[in-house]
Amino acid sequence: MPAGSPSSAQTFDVARIRRDFPILQRRVHGRPLVYLDNAATTQKPAAVVDRLARYYREENANIHRGVHALSVEATDAYDAARETVRRFLNAGDAREIVFVRGTTEAINLVAATWGRTHLGAGDEVVVTEMEHHSNIVPWQLACQAAGARLRVAPITDAGELRLDAFEQLLCPRTRVVAVNHVSNALGTVNPVKEIARRAHAHGAVVLVDGAQAVAHLPVDVRAIGCDFYAFSGHKVFGPTGVGALWGRAELLDAMPPYQGGGDMIRSVTFERTLYNELPYKFEAGTPNIAGAVGLASALDYVAAIGLDRIAAHEHELTSYGTDALSCIGGLRLTGTAPGKAGILAFVIDDIHPHDIGTILDRAGVAIRAGHHCCQPLMGRLGVPATARASLALYNTREDVDALAAALRDAKAVFA
Amino acid sequence: MSAELDDLYQEVILDHNRRPRNFRRLEGGQHAEGFNPLCGDRLTVYLQIDDEGRIGDVSFQGSGCAISKASASLMTDSVKGATVAEAARLFDRFQQMITGPADGPIDRLGKLEALAGVRRFPVRVKCASLAWHTLRAALEANEGMVTTE
Repeated sequence: MPAGSPSSAQTFDVARIRRDFPILQRRVHGRPLVYLDNAATTQKPAAVVDRLARYYREENANIHRGVHALSVEATDAYDAARETVRRFLNAGDAREIVFVRGTTEAINLVAATWGRTHLGAGDEVVVTEMEHHSNIVPWQLACQAAGARLRVAPITDAGELRLDAFEQLLCPRTRVVAVNHVSNALGTVNPVKEIARRAHAHGAVVLVDGAQAVAHLPVDVRAIGCDFYAFSGHKVFGPTGVGALWGRAELLDAMPPYQGGGDMIRSVTFERTLYNELPYKFEAGTPNIAGAVGLASALDYVAAIGLDRIAAHEHELTSYGTDALSCIGGLRLTGTAPGKAGILAFVIDDIHPHDIGTILDRAGVAIRAGHHCCQPLMGRLGVPATARASLALYNTREDVDALAAALRDAKAVFA
Repeated sequence: MSAELDDLYQEVILDHNRRPRNFRRLEGGQHAEGFNPLCGDRLTVYLQIDDEGRIGDVSFQGSGCAISKASASLMTDSVKGATVAEAARLFDRFQQMITGPADGPIDRLGKLEALAGVRRFPVRVKCASLAWHTLRAALEANEGMVTTE
């Protein structure tokens, strides 16, 4: 087992996992940090921090163009990172993995390039009411450019996609269905396999926004049967500024480049440029090499623990948290879909989420308050904002207890 | 609970949050809408300027956190009867108070001093100043929306 890898013992040893994350030792406002803002970004294990440092200390060079040893080592590390992502998503071919800045860039890449060549006047793009702005706005831009129309599949009050209503939106004009795997604001786990099956029956391609899924449940893009899958490294214990897009090779091959520049070309003259093969066609310029290498170490870390075990731990903690929060008078959970991921979003009568966030912060409890980049969803729920505690593998019952205690303090202030 | 939190959420603030003063619509005057995209606070400030150039009446409506609501309520109380120039000067002094050094002296601002605790919570400055930005837009009869961004 490589140094810094977590224990593979049968029991889920949270105390040991917590020791892998140096930041969890720090104090905030004089109190132990209780980090419950994992849907915004996750903390980094020492293995990832050390890998980034080692890359810059020992391997740093530009890739794909040097004949010297360091360039070869950096290129090897970058290529190996791509293979790690392929394995993590169970994709068929590493050529189908494009490194990007994050989920947002991945979706923009598809909306811009696939959209430019496949969306026409009168065509339709289907999203859901629970999408993050990053899975809405790129499609609005693509629709505006093409004269296409954005259709929105509704959700239930519990925060589940209404599959019947979704099905009714599908028609021969539906060109793409873009849906999140896990809702960042509700925790709902969408039935992406069933969504893909129904969308394909109408000839549409399917993009899954996996930003909130990859750190919390096993992802197998071939089992899902989607056409594109996007995620961000920083939400799965990796560095910021790097993420990946997986796409079917035949679709990526047919798409025009996203950005032009170095590395994405085979040959350039002023008259004509030949583009590079996959995936380099979509990776113009020097990529985030250190980020990709760091992301691979994060995925290795997660894989060594096992996403099934992480999911089971978080599911148990979500149930515990649901019970603990439900005991607080005037608190209402937003997002109660069965089997949801570790998102505990809520509102409390007569206390604005922003005030909750400030009071919790002084107790060392980090949560997010606001619209969570889901303004249309907030409108659907009839609230201006919610407070959101989001769990990860290193969270404990003690964290949830600290959250509940701080919420009682907030209620006392506003009593 | 920390002393800083007690200072931020002191009784005057909680009272104005629970029972905001001048919380109504004013017909026939000027108004402007303010929006804080960070947290979704949204309010409208209504004004009536009398013949002498004074703020004859001022009110607000909207939704937001305790700080933004209490600040709007306290603001309406303190600018009523002021000239436009006096209200602008008060905004400047208020802004200086809530963005000043955490342990510096506090200007004499009467009831508005209740919001001095915001100095220790820099991310909440926008909440406290939203009503004032909106007031300024209303004074300029700027019908478009102002934001704190």
